[in-house]
Amino acid sequence: MSERASATRPDADADAEDGASTSGDDRGEQHPTDSEETARTASGRPVTTGAQAVVAALEAAGARHVFGVQGGAIMPVYDALYDADLTHVTMAHEQGASHAADAYGQVTGEPGVCMATSGPGATNLVTGIADANMDSDPLIALTGQVPTDFVGNDAFQETDTIGVTRPITKANYFASESTTVGDTVGEAFALAGAGRPGPTLVDLPKDVTNAETDRGPEEGALPEYYEVPEGANESAVEAAATALARAEKPLILSGGGVTKGDASEQLRAFAIDHGIPVVTTMPGIGTFPEDHDLSLSWAGMHGTGYANMAISHTDCLLAVGTRFDDRLTGGIETFAPDAAVIHVDIDAAEISKNVHADYPLIGDAGTILDQLAETMPAAFEAVGTGSDSYEEWREQCASWKEEYPMDYATPDDQPVKPQFVVEALDELTPDDTIVTSGVGQHQMWASQYWTFRHPRTWISSHGLGTMGYGLPAAIGAKMAAPDRDVVCFDGDGSFLMTLQELSVAVREDLDVTVVVLNNEAIGMVRQWQDAFFDERRMASMYGWMPDFAQLAEAFGARGFTLREYDDVADTLQAAIDYDGPSVVDAHIDPDENVYPMVPSGGDNSQFALSEDQL
Amino acid sequence: MSSDSEGDGERSTDPDSVPRKGLQGPRPGERTRPHGRRSGQGIRIDPQAEATHQPRRTAISALVKNEPGVLAEVSGLVSRRQFNIESLTVGPTTNPETSRITLVIEEPDPGVRQVERQLEKLLPVISVRELGTDAVRRELVVLKVHGDRPDEVNAITQMYDGRTLDAGPRTITVEITGDEQKIDDAIDAFRQFGIRELARTGQTALARGDEWTTHAEEERYEQLRSETDPTPTTADD
Repeated sequence: MSERASATRPDADADAEDGASTSGDDRGEQHPTDSEETARTASGRPVTTGAQAVVAALEAAGARHVFGVQGGAIMPVYDALYDADLTHVTMAHEQGASHAADAYGQVTGEPGVCMATSGPGATNLVTGIADANMDSDPLIALTGQVPTDFVGNDAFQETDTIGVTRPITKANYFASESTTVGDTVGEAFALAGAGRPGPTLVDLPKDVTNAETDRGPEEGALPEYYEVPEGANESAVEAAATALARAEKPLILSGGGVTKGDASEQLRAFAIDHGIPVVTTMPGIGTFPEDHDLSLSWAGMHGTGYANMAISHTDCLLAVGTRFDDRLTGGIETFAPDAAVIHVDIDAAEISKNVHADYPLIGDAGTILDQLAETMPAAFEAVGTGSDSYEEWREQCASWKEEYPMDYATPDDQPVKPQFVVEALDELTPDDTIVTSGVGQHQMWASQYWTFRHPRTWISSHGLGTMGYGLPAAIGAKMAAPDRDVVCFDGDGSFLMTLQELSVAVREDLDVTVVVLNNEAIGMVRQWQDAFFDERRMASMYGWMPDFAQLAEAFGARGFTLREYDDVADTLQAAIDYDGPSVVDAHIDPDENVYPMVPSGGDNSQFALSEDQL
Repeated sequence: MSSDSEGDGERSTDPDSVPRKGLQGPRPGERTRPHGRRSGQGIRIDPQAEATHQPRRTAISALVKNEPGVLAEVSGLVSRRQFNIESLTVGPTTNPETSRITLVIEEPDPGVRQVERQLEKLLPVISVRELGTDAVRRELVVLKVHGDRPDEVNAITQMYDGRTLDAGPRTITVEITGDEQKIDDAIDAFRQFGIRELARTGQTALARGDEWTTHAEEERYEQLRSETDPTPTTADD
């Protein structure tokens, strides 16, 4: 780091520039004549700097872990962490810090915290912040910034972090005063988890964090005018319930919002009590047990055939906590075209954004599902029906399950199929195992062939599709749930992007199992090139790959290699049994593709079961 | 996991039970298809009255906190979401802590609702409303023409209720205020003199009559009035 960035010189300047009232008052408050009690951190030390106010705010908000990388402009905050009641996890790269914090937030339901210095530190966080934004994950990012009077002057390691992150954060803040920086961090923390969750960022100029203050943070409060809707109004609920009671082919679409709103219990109860089949979105995986008769697994581009048949033919879609991403809907013109849409969402801006909502219900998913459940008996009575009238539809959905079973061919003369590896690991691990993944073919196989039963067990990059997400996410997930099994499915390409985080897993002695489904290609791109670009495999084939097992050993982890069906179970078991990070380099059939598939913008009911159906 | 829960008993990972067959089922053309369809805006199409949503021009008023970065947030939102924006004006209100932004957009109905809802999500935005067609709307143009026919320039300025701001030997600068149509007409009329430069503001607007442009201001107004009026007519104290 440069002398300039790490210098403490700007303190004096900052106070001088703050000028009149505030800094003068601060000094006044430090005198014992002031009766106000000095603010203290959770560990009981008095707050003496802006940086300590930042850390005190994190402690007060209940943060347990911080994922980050040191650097010049963030040094005062790190110094304050030295004595704090927080565990800092030093990541190999800031992108790893943001993904780890994101996964941590998803597993715990509380905002994960990541931290980086100014300039390159902050920009390296950006991918993880954008990822959290797309998936509505609670995350708070703290970035160092050059001293206030250097801001805007292209100082060393300066980036306009506020400008860069504005479109990918729920809110971001430039901390301008040491006296209020603690409040700002408290607000950012509260905001990240409130309503529709999302990432928030506080940019911390070095002079602000270095400056003396004895003012600790107030209790983390939501900003003025920020309202979180609770339930929906009664008449809207009644109208929606009536539509559902009148339907012959109702379907529940359970999205990631059901997880975020901890509404999985209500959703299960509602579906089972009323006998309504359930499809999930990909982020909604785990909100409804995939081994239940009513489950049709997940719908969309690589969802099951039966989910896509059901979503195409339903006459009433109860969509909860989903933003109708194009990977789910395919072409809007053909998406659930006969369905009256009941859309439950806490974010009013999601209503009719992509798919018109005939019955918008704005509010907390669990509260609204309770409201709907209360209203259903009266609605059935008024319409003169009951859940029995869905019987024929349930049978239809069950017959689609038989017609389009999820299966894969396993000829003896071909290398191991990736789906087989996924199923084998599922069998060897407990039901509540947390599965993380990178992005690509392996992600689809993992989500298709693993049977998910619980919310917060499938941690992946959905909206942004960030390759390299899996390993740092596994680190964050293991930190959040040290007593649970954590496995990561990664692709060879995806793993290469962030595998330096293995050093962190080893250093922190995290018992995570990484299974690299290795086909020596950017497989999903290769699949699309074969289907849509005349098999012109431009830049999708690696041709050479490092030996991931040896690489794991070099990092201090355990490495395994897998090539034969007969070795799958034993090798996976050995990797699970190893008490520390392990990497299984699973050499899979390089020609295997992901099906079913709805071509981009296509009709969900016209999913292809093989390449010749595209 | 356990095969009995899968419904199709075949999903064993025991290698001896292979070979498995791969994905089965009717081909795409052989499947039942739903009847309906949706418009590009995601609205179910009613065959009896096929709804087409034509873009319309409308003004949205947003009361925002008067703090740095608000305009960047609003304009960033508008450009990122590709809303078709005609003009955007901003200025402080009677409350030094707030500013009013007036956006004129041309969008179909779902787009207009999206602009409102997306604006509402921004933290510094206090209140958003679409203004009715009867709203009071004004725009200002300052334009500079060649000064060789001052009498005629003056005549046109008067015809449009304008004012001359500066008149020199070579240029005359005038201002015209009015609705958008009037401004367009005035600019057309001044063309004959050769317009050297012009600057126009875009629309700014308030709801007409007794109606409040945004609720937040109504509340503040009532609060201030009850604080300054010693004999409140209402029962609150």
